[in-house]
Amino acid sequence: MAEQTITRPLTVDTVKRPRDPARQALDLKRQPGFGTVAMLCLAMLYAPIVILVVFSFNTSPSVTRWENFSLQWFFKVAANRDIHDAAFNSLQISIVATVVSTIIATAAALATTRTRPWPGQTAAYMVINLPLIVPEIITAVATLSFFALLASTAKINLGIGNLILAHSVFCIPFAYMPIRARLEDMDLTLEQAAADLYATPWQTFRRVTLPLLTPGVSSGAALAFIVSIDDFTITQMVAGPGQTTLPLYIWGQLHKTGVTPEVNAISTILLVVSILFVTLSFLIGRKRK
Amino acid sequence: MNIKLLGWAAAFWLAAGAAHADGQLHIFNWGNYTNPKLIEKFEKAYNLKVTMDDYDSNETMLAKVRSGSTGFDVVVPTDYTVKIMIEEGMLAKTEPNQMDNFKNVDPIWVDVYWDKGRHYTVPWQWGTTAFSVNTAKYSGDINTLALLFDTPKELQGRINILPDMNEMINAGLRYLNLPRCTGDPDEKPNMENLKKVADLLQKAKPNWRTFDYDDIGKMTSGDVDMSMGWNGSTFRIRQQIPTVKYAYPKEGMPRWMDNVAVLKDAPNMDNAKLFQNFVMDPENAALLSDFAKYGNGITGANKFLSPDLASAPELNWPAGVNPELVPPCSKDVNDTYNKIWTSLLK
Amino acid sequence: MTAASSVDRLATVQSDLERQRIRTRWSLVAPAMIVIGIFGIVPLLIILVYSFLVAGGYGGVEWKFTTDAYVSFLFDRDIFDGTFKFVPDYLEIFWRSIWLALLTTIVCLVLGFPTAYFMATRPPSQRNYWVFLITLPFWTNLLIRTYAIMLIIRDEGLVNDAMRGIGLIDKPVHLLYTNFAIILGLLYSFLPFMVLPLYSSLEKLDFRLVEAGFDLYATRRKVLWRIIIPLAKPGIIAGCLLVFIPALGAYITPLILGGGSELMIGNLIALQFGTSRNWPFGSAQALILMAAVMLALIVYVRSSTERGRTAHG
Repeated sequence: MAEQTITRPLTVDTVKRPRDPARQALDLKRQPGFGTVAMLCLAMLYAPIVILVVFSFNTSPSVTRWENFSLQWFFKVAANRDIHDAAFNSLQISIVATVVSTIIATAAALATTRTRPWPGQTAAYMVINLPLIVPEIITAVATLSFFALLASTAKINLGIGNLILAHSVFCIPFAYMPIRARLEDMDLTLEQAAADLYATPWQTFRRVTLPLLTPGVSSGAALAFIVSIDDFTITQMVAGPGQTTLPLYIWGQLHKTGVTPEVNAISTILLVVSILFVTLSFLIGRKRK
Repeated sequence: MNIKLLGWAAAFWLAAGAAHADGQLHIFNWGNYTNPKLIEKFEKAYNLKVTMDDYDSNETMLAKVRSGSTGFDVVVPTDYTVKIMIEEGMLAKTEPNQMDNFKNVDPIWVDVYWDKGRHYTVPWQWGTTAFSVNTAKYSGDINTLALLFDTPKELQGRINILPDMNEMINAGLRYLNLPRCTGDPDEKPNMENLKKVADLLQKAKPNWRTFDYDDIGKMTSGDVDMSMGWNGSTFRIRQQIPTVKYAYPKEGMPRWMDNVAVLKDAPNMDNAKLFQNFVMDPENAALLSDFAKYGNGITGANKFLSPDLASAPELNWPAGVNPELVPPCSKDVNDTYNKIWTSLLK
Repeated sequence: MTAASSVDRLATVQSDLERQRIRTRWSLVAPAMIVIGIFGIVPLLIILVYSFLVAGGYGGVEWKFTTDAYVSFLFDRDIFDGTFKFVPDYLEIFWRSIWLALLTTIVCLVLGFPTAYFMATRPPSQRNYWVFLITLPFWTNLLIRTYAIMLIIRDEGLVNDAMRGIGLIDKPVHLLYTNFAIILGLLYSFLPFMVLPLYSSLEKLDFRLVEAGFDLYATRRKVLWRIIIPLAKPGIIAGCLLVFIPALGAYITPLILGGGSELMIGNLIALQFGTSRNWPFGSAQALILMAAVMLALIVYVRSSTERGRTAHG
């Protein structure tokens, strides 16, 4: 810092530039208009959500005219047996799929990162990311055909297990990405230190790697959960009797009655649940850092 | 609030296992089509637990149940789909004509082309397909397909049509006074006629705003002033917008019936048969009509209907109007229809 | 022990360790491979097989081999004059989806880059909150937020009401059921996918390089185009791919917001499994779509490995 004040010639330009390093940093980072665009984007993204949430507390069934604050739609939702069934299905499928896919994704991430190339690594990487590049409608139709074939020829019908497996498939790459990113950022030296202290690979994993990995694992799990609980296309094709999930129920409602405050209320609840999950994973991540 | 929480937990528990029910029934039906009161009545009468899942088109349902072992017991296909399903061996021959309540079925709905003598299916609801017009926005004669194909100025760009290939092509055929499919599985397409229809549709397309099955939503939101749709849904639109009228086009219109069918590999065959019989009872049929606002095909049900429904213009077609049943087209004709439709939508 | 034999022993120990290392890696990745292999790849193989079969009369397939499905994608007997000719219909539908996906990607980039840059230049303590903020809309149910967008932009929706209220217009502007509405909907779903990779690229940006640019009397604009954007290239490419590929397959959003009067690839494929009763054709279309996606990916991988080589080589 001292060098700057001595060596810089005192020209008109340099005098004009702010001397304080912090303000200098802010200045050279500033790009005109970028902040405005960012705010515009956020406003555009939040407008529909805000309207949704706000009108779910509206007494009037209209979604454009505000009357009074009320929790009546939430009560209606709570009393609706179909919604309970759908919510129960959604939670069951998403929680199991999240757990399964996160474990599998963690193992896969450990295998494919921070290592010299091993034979088959590229193939493994491609397989793991395959569900991301297949458009959903194709996956939906293909999975339906697969389970239909399985049911008719081998007489295997796993019931809700079909949906759980279908969900796990596309949850794995979503869980994989944050875990892999976290793994790559991790400091190898801590694990080397553990090895130096005569820890076995398993002990190193359990006591050092895994705790350090927790923020990544929790983000992966959160991402997988959200993606699963929101899925519509694949679920619509594969769901069997009694397996209606919340998105399917919402689709049915939207077709019957359009956007009603009840539907808004369900959506608000879903949103709150998602936020809770992510906040949880965020807090876990913060603690570990 | 605590009671609500307990209720929530209890509901979860109930949903998890139908521990106290004798048996189950898995129904796969159109969305927004079944009176919850009917299901409750059925569950109580036979101590069963019923699950209801939705589909939004015959084809979606077909695609799903085609390979069997889906776990569904009962489906509710439209007439032409029943014919397809019987031909492909997907339905169980439950012989409704021997059930107790069969005597209640209106005779005109017994020897139908898709199930002569009713060996497989039972009437659910019947209706007609035409369109609803908001007469506050257009005051001319609405009983003609010219509104669709030669749209008056006030309605241009304010029309919703059904994204249904068969409905649209048949409407075009009716407007041009050309014959529809005969149901012969070897029928060949009449290229000359179909070319005229294809041109007609292409010419009329710019006047249509949206292609959506949700006629109620489109009309009530004000996005369109005229929508193709069904008599029952028009009744519901009219409840929200009193100036809406249901049209009876003079060139012709279709009628259809949805039927309760049992899948061949239904896990709960006996309960499914009970359901078929249940639906043929006049009081229960009236429950259905009261909810969906369609006709039911069961004699004696009318006296249980609410009076404004019984006398509604949507449910009673005027004299001289003769809605027709249209059997499914042969594969060759269907392929041609497909190409016309894709060309229209590209 | 001779030097040679101890070298031999070292070699065998090393290759044993190496084999064990490979085995461990494989066993860790095995569950993923199995689950995705059986429930992800096998279904795709079934679709591949279906695409070479004959369509069943009323849907389904008949187990007879034919390449009809692929041929009819491009060529067919003209339905009205019987000549065998090139049919552009399906290509038009594919092209429209590709074009829309491209447009969405570009709009996402133009809007997402400043947003990501803004986020990356916030004080480090704030950054996580911005990330949280930008991804939160993504967690609302797709159908609900699509309908919410409808509510806002329809003729009697909030935007039109507001504009009429302040006297800007007197007849409603048709926003809904247009390409604008579709892009808005897709933007909504995919903006976070563009912003996040850009953000992680820009976060690692070394601003000393930017400072060097300013020291050399570059304007802000020059610094942006010559320094910042090239350095953010990996993020830009990743973001574009993450938006383009799912946008290509999107079909619910375009269906609801576009009015349904024009088919997207997704609708076309779904149609084949529905009213059109032509499963093989639908399967063929699905595979052609996947081939297009693979192509885009190969281009990406090629360009990133080349970059990798020139950067470090």
